[in-house]
Amino acid sequence: MSPILRLDQVSKAFGAIKVADSLSYELAAGEALGVIGPNGAGKTSMFNLITGTMAADSGRLFLGSEDITTLSAPRRCRSGIARSFQVPQPFGGMTVFENALVAATQGADMALGEAEEHCLDILEQTQLMAKANVPAGKLTLLERKRLELTRALCARPRVLLLDEIAGGLTEAECGALVETIQSVHASGMAIIWIEHVVHALLSVVERLIVIDFGRKIADGEPRAIMTSSQVQEIYLGIGANA
Amino acid sequence: MDWLNAIVQGTLLGGLYALFAAGLSLIFGVMRLVNIAHGDLIVLAAYLGLTVTSALGIHPLASLLLVVPAMALIGYGLQRGILNRTLGGDLLPPLLVTFGLSVILQNGLLEIYSADPQKMNAGLLETASVLVGGISLGILPLAMFAIAVAVIAGLQWMFYHTALGRAFRATSDNQAIAQLMGLNRAHVFGLAMALSLAVTGIAGVFLGIRTSFDPSMGGARLIFGFEAVIIGGLGNLWGTLAGGVVLGIAQAIGAQINPGWQLLAGHIAFLVLLAVRPKGLFPRMDG
Repeated sequence: MSPILRLDQVSKAFGAIKVADSLSYELAAGEALGVIGPNGAGKTSMFNLITGTMAADSGRLFLGSEDITTLSAPRRCRSGIARSFQVPQPFGGMTVFENALVAATQGADMALGEAEEHCLDILEQTQLMAKANVPAGKLTLLERKRLELTRALCARPRVLLLDEIAGGLTEAECGALVETIQSVHASGMAIIWIEHVVHALLSVVERLIVIDFGRKIADGEPRAIMTSSQVQEIYLGIGANA
Repeated sequence: MDWLNAIVQGTLLGGLYALFAAGLSLIFGVMRLVNIAHGDLIVLAAYLGLTVTSALGIHPLASLLLVVPAMALIGYGLQRGILNRTLGGDLLPPLLVTFGLSVILQNGLLEIYSADPQKMNAGLLETASVLVGGISLGILPLAMFAIAVAVIAGLQWMFYHTALGRAFRATSDNQAIAQLMGLNRAHVFGLAMALSLAVTGIAGVFLGIRTSFDPSMGGARLIFGFEAVIIGGLGNLWGTLAGGVVLGIAQAIGAQINPGWQLLAGHIAFLVLLAVRPKGLFPRMDG
């Protein structure tokens, strides 16, 4: 099966700092891919490159068979890429439902009636239905994280990018959110998930990549990756000779 | 009775001021752009109205059908062609560019139409009036006030009940995120400016029917617009209407005391309100 998303030798540097260094990988349709790496490794930059917030210096990106390398961020969203942010950034003055509607009408080009139905379905799935008419600025952290997820899903993406969505939550909240993400993944959504809360990540993803200094240094079955000495050394800071 | 009359006439004048202010408020709300050329764009609309009216021999109010779409087109082009390039981070570039635009507009109008005051003639409508409780209400000022209220109501409805309105609010709230939700910022800003100048088109034609105008009067209209926005409270269109009315009444009462006090009274009312309620009468509720 052809991949839903493909990065081909994508590079980006700010002066001497390489945030992406010949980054290449493929995401299969319906696959959940986890991304780990130390702080400053270029994980969030990788999302910026995929969503189009940041332009690559070289290399190409493909969504399905479409070359999206030169598309603007709004165009990429319409083509099917949506992300959530590490620090939730809702449209604070608008209600939860209006936040969702913007994503559905603008990001997925739906007519209003269709968008309303779609948003209600997603709100049901992300368990925010009870808060639909609450201004987004008044939500708790967990609800804001759920809204990030909701808004991304309302844009009807083909690839969903989650950026540390479990960060900052209590154990119980994290568990509840993971269940929601599992249900999203079970519905066939392809996901790339950057996360420091490793146990949450491992309960969803089928595959893991490790990024350090903008390079992909490991790619494979999650538990094998986590126990490899290379990852323990670079990612967890445990020296091989310690 | 004279005082009551002054208050009523001032209220009706306030509708026009609200129209001056609504376009200004819309632009600031959506893209944080302070449009220094706004007053001159009002005057431009008045001259467009004059040209259309005399070229086609139609009633000034009918010229709205051409002036409003023309101003909207100018707005979209202006935003996409020039103003979008000045936005982002620094507040100074858009201020300087719109200031420059103001100078160009004033001198362009001076070159084309000369400095002679002009006026559009609305015929019998200008003197028609109804007598209500001993106060004579001009049909034209009444109609202008009604249209101003309708425009404000329409904008308010658009903002809260349409996809375009949500796009404006989302972009105003967080531009970067709105981009990732599929909103093209450049286009959204273009539409906001088009809408702003469409309202300005109405304001300009009304101005040109109500009073005589010349190319240099844009600056004062800009200040009236600013004052109405600030008195009403930033980001609240009904507040802007109230601000326009407060300003209109203050000017009318000032003129009642002494004809030379008209403008001064408006500015004093503005300063007093600014001192007493720095956030305006109806600041936007942050939700």
